[in-house]
Amino acid sequence: MQLFFEQSLNGLQFSLTLFLLAAGLTLVFGIMDVINLAHGSLYMVGAYAGALVAQRFGSFWIALPAALIVTALVGMLLERVIMRHLYGRDHLAQVLATFGLILFFNGFVTWVAGRSPLLMDIPPQLGGYIEIIPGVPYPMYRLMIIVLGIAVALGLWWLVAATRIGMLIRASSERREIVSALGMDVTKIFALVFALGAILAGLAGVVIGPIRSVQIGMGEQVLITAFVVIVVGGIGSIRGAFIGSLLIGMCDTLGRAYAPLFFKTQFSGQVADGLGATTASFLIYLLMALVLIVRPRGLFPSGR
Amino acid sequence: MTAMLELRGVTKSFAGLRANNNVSLTVDRHECHAVIGPNGAGKSTLVAQIAGELAPDEGRVLFETDDVTGWSVPRRARWGLARSFQMTELLKGMTAEDNVALAIQARRGHSFRFFRNALRDRSLREPARAALETIGLGDKADIRIEELSHGERRQVELAIALAAEPKLMLLDEPMAGLGSGEAARMIDILTALKGRMTILFVEHDMAAVFALADRISVLVAGAVICTGTPDMVRADAAVQAAYLGNDEDI
Amino acid sequence: MMFSPTPRKLAALAIILVLLAVPFWAAASGSNYVVTFASRIVIYAMVCVSLQSIVGQAGLVSFGHSLYFGLGGYVVALASFHLGEGIPLLGWSGSNEALVVWPLAMAVCAFAALIFGALSLRTTGVYFIMITLAFAQMVFFIFVGLKFYGGTDGLPLNARNLFAGQRIVDPVTFYGICVACLGLVMLFCWRLSRSRFGLVLRGAAASERRTLSLGFPVYAYRLAACVMAGAMGGLAGALWANLNRFVSPDMLSWLRSGEFLVIIVLGGLSSPFGPIVGAAAVLIIESVLSGWTDRWEVIFGPFIVLVALFAPNGLWGLLRSRRS
Repeated sequence: MQLFFEQSLNGLQFSLTLFLLAAGLTLVFGIMDVINLAHGSLYMVGAYAGALVAQRFGSFWIALPAALIVTALVGMLLERVIMRHLYGRDHLAQVLATFGLILFFNGFVTWVAGRSPLLMDIPPQLGGYIEIIPGVPYPMYRLMIIVLGIAVALGLWWLVAATRIGMLIRASSERREIVSALGMDVTKIFALVFALGAILAGLAGVVIGPIRSVQIGMGEQVLITAFVVIVVGGIGSIRGAFIGSLLIGMCDTLGRAYAPLFFKTQFSGQVADGLGATTASFLIYLLMALVLIVRPRGLFPSGR
Repeated sequence: MTAMLELRGVTKSFAGLRANNNVSLTVDRHECHAVIGPNGAGKSTLVAQIAGELAPDEGRVLFETDDVTGWSVPRRARWGLARSFQMTELLKGMTAEDNVALAIQARRGHSFRFFRNALRDRSLREPARAALETIGLGDKADIRIEELSHGERRQVELAIALAAEPKLMLLDEPMAGLGSGEAARMIDILTALKGRMTILFVEHDMAAVFALADRISVLVAGAVICTGTPDMVRADAAVQAAYLGNDEDI
Repeated sequence: MMFSPTPRKLAALAIILVLLAVPFWAAASGSNYVVTFASRIVIYAMVCVSLQSIVGQAGLVSFGHSLYFGLGGYVVALASFHLGEGIPLLGWSGSNEALVVWPLAMAVCAFAALIFGALSLRTTGVYFIMITLAFAQMVFFIFVGLKFYGGTDGLPLNARNLFAGQRIVDPVTFYGICVACLGLVMLFCWRLSRSRFGLVLRGAAASERRTLSLGFPVYAYRLAACVMAGAMGGLAGALWANLNRFVSPDMLSWLRSGEFLVIIVLGGLSSPFGPIVGAAAVLIIESVLSGWTDRWEVIFGPFIVLVALFAPNGLWGLLRSRRS
């Protein structure tokens, strides 16, 4: 039971990190109709920027804002130089161009930071454990990620549902002409949304830095998982991204915890470990396939 | 007279809004039947349900004696339904002849053929060219779709429908966007088909409707308020009332 | 029919001549490197021709074609592994005979394509891209998890497959087999693109709605195309496993799927010769750049971006056909 609570909290923490990425992906796709494979690279850039700044200045609290600023700047530059030319192009061109960007970012970061993984310390203020459920001590830092994720989710919901900018974002995803007719610059809204997505990806990267190693290629794995999330949730929908993140994050974490245990009751050690690891890693894809059989456009299809 | 198409109480709602409300109508063999109505009357929804793109919430769609309500779009086409689209829906990057040849290929079956060269297949190419010639586009057969004028594309739409040798033609606003010369030509082409083909067409161009239709159904707010000959419809008080607020359409 | 030399026909002829000249070049240079490198290009071209038949013709952007490449390779490796270890797999003792295991690799991949295609084709557009990527990733993880077959470390083959009972030791012979297979795959895809079946696929790519309303069950046609592409991709994978005498989950990596897409776009989507040009260009560029600097991706990445932005018709598209 203790394991279950602990793993559920881990699952929640993973889910919310996924959501930070999936939200950006789904917004960029839903509003600009652009599939951005390089979104995972922004996550990596955030993590590296955080880790490098933390190494230099020795403080997570300097690294956090620095990483956000770096990813925002990189995101804005990316939008300006490349993404802007991809709006309205076919998906194949978008896939190709952003695939090229992944290679570039991987090469560039290797150049700047080397091939070996970087380590980042958990800030000492959050180094302890806390018993939110009696008898289950849980790392404060992971708890902070959960709180942060929930706060961002609420903030995004508020931004999209209740503010003027959110209204324009929603409008430009459906009717570009109307927004232009209102005298608003669609290009600016796109740039804004892309930068927002970049910041969220960077945020995910920098907060995950202290609990996973910061290395080349870290963005791609999580990007593919984020794809699974938005396919399950329905592309273009923030709510879908949130529910999808929870489903996929929980399924993945609990699968990894329990599949090996389950197989240990059936088979001998090594076979069980192998089967457990294999099953755990394809559970989320199985879940995706099931969702697609029932709902080919995801759980919360948007208008597009 | 046997009915080629029969709608029985077709109802379709979107998010609580009734687009079609208990629509019943029949199209007899070799009849030319027009559906008119103001914008937003539910004509497109009706066309989509006849073609099979939308399933009705209630009611049945019958082709001759077959209940086709649950049939897919391709199955209805293979039965013998041919349609044209309101917004031209042609295969870009291909020539006019390719477009028509594909319709003939659909009619002849055997498309799971992997080896024979279809680009030189006379059994596809000759009828395709013939269909284009009937429509007066014989000299444009080798031109790519995107290089044809709007009016010519509308004519290719019709040639595709004809090439399928359909039992029932469903034409969604065949006059849409045509200039007056092109419209006159389209009316000539359709007049030539009258009495030989079963045609259901949706149209805004009242001159065309009254020139072509044997019977007219008037759709207002999702429901058929009147069906009859052009003269009956013209005289109908309810139709006049419904159109008074929309006289730009009539 | 008279031969009228258009730039494309001349280029195609040149490609065929170069492919045939490689063994002589290798003999002249006295090293196997050239012929091995050419074999890589030929196999890459083969898997890309198969991908092109769904991306270029049917308009379905599959981002998971490495699945079939890797699966085909693993079928060959597993058949050999089980034969070597003397452990039957589901009652079958395994085999080293190319004429058995290569068709088997194609059949397994065709079956996999049937299942994954049936699921993926329920979606369109960007969903399709992401789902094909996700399924390939799933199979990648399955093989990573199968520690019995080496997991991440991969699985070596003791020797190349026998071909009709004969050992294939000479790299030139193996190259000849690869070229012959590529020729067959290209001929098949070329005929396919001009067949009635191919016309339906092209029609559905141009307008699915129109093609449905003509009476074609588009889903079935696309699924058949995916199955054929999967089988051909599997054959390429089987050859790749033989070339390197080694398979690993790296064959299934999503980066490889991306590389295949780069090749077909760079080469050009309109002709089966496009992937040969693209495969040669990409493999040569990669090999030159990586020999020059270990940060070659910094140059290769932006190069791909430029191709995507400015050369949508690829290198083959630069050669004008006479008519247009």
